[in-house]
Amino acid sequence: MQASIARPEGAAALYALRIADTCLVLGQRLAEWCGHAPVLEEDIALANIALDLIGQARALYAHAGAGRLDEDQIAFLRDERDYLNPTLVELPRGDFAFTMLRNAMVATLLGELWKRLADSSDGELAAIAGKALKEARYHRRHAGDWVLRLAGGTDESRRRTEAALAELWRYAAELFESDRIEDDAAQSGVGPRWSELRAAWLAEMRALLGEAGLATPREVAFRSTGKLGRHSEHMGYLLADMQFLQRSFPGGVW
Amino acid sequence: MSHGSEWPLWEVFVRSKAGLDHKHCGSLHAADAAMAIQLARDVYTRRQEGTSVWVVRSDQITASDPGDKEMYFDPAADKVYRHPTFYVLPDAVDHM
Repeated sequence: MQASIARPEGAAALYALRIADTCLVLGQRLAEWCGHAPVLEEDIALANIALDLIGQARALYAHAGAGRLDEDQIAFLRDERDYLNPTLVELPRGDFAFTMLRNAMVATLLGELWKRLADSSDGELAAIAGKALKEARYHRRHAGDWVLRLAGGTDESRRRTEAALAELWRYAAELFESDRIEDDAAQSGVGPRWSELRAAWLAEMRALLGEAGLATPREVAFRSTGKLGRHSEHMGYLLADMQFLQRSFPGGVW
Repeated sequence: MSHGSEWPLWEVFVRSKAGLDHKHCGSLHAADAAMAIQLARDVYTRRQEGTSVWVVRSDQITASDPGDKEMYFDPAADKVYRHPTFYVLPDAVDHM
């Protein structure tokens, strides 16, 4: 069994790591649909999106590792507390409505983030963002389209979409809680505090939910804390699944 | 994957690059045209195959009857004079 590594240090690296972990963990959850989506065509679409996200994570890990750590080490050999993704993306995949609504929420967030990062003072991060933005726009289109269809579909699909919204919205507030890592990034021009993205995110989500005939839930006092490394009970299982191969066969490649 | 058969079938045409024709590349199931375009993007252009996609419902295509094949197409076999290969071209005209 391969031992854990210390995560990269430095505010800029941690800022990139948080985005990368968000992409990787959601990519892992979406990959769980492989072979299980409601129709074959959608199975392929979800796998495409999962691989887009994992690709974004790879680029960011390589960047954050700065030659000292490679992307596989960072992705697969950290302990749970060293992952900085918001709790939202680690929640179990749920049903198709849950997956699509979460994808819409995350793609809207990442879309806003990539847009801002395209002007990053860090040239490599700006280049990664420029490519990722196009992918996020498609993910948003794909997921948003499904949210509309499911909300306006059958009684069953609407009930499931409403249930997904009630559950997922509780985890949205955390996205816009900023900390020292984001303060440092904002000051050095690396990237925005996620809190700066809240207004645009909320406006876009409200527009989507409004079109779907769904009421935007009120914000609750509950705050999840995945961005700080304090994860839900689901994260350990996800990591065990994701890390097993690399830890059992260190350096294994296809 | 039980619901796929309830959605209508769509034929997918992909243009590989500007200036070329859209070519038929396969079919898929989708609830409507917008979904068919989106799924076609994911199913048929994952490896940079396309710059443009058309979809059309399979039941909107009128096809020739396979039983008419001999009557329709075999008579063309011995009509070489329909190929414009008997003209003498000036040397200046290349690549005809």
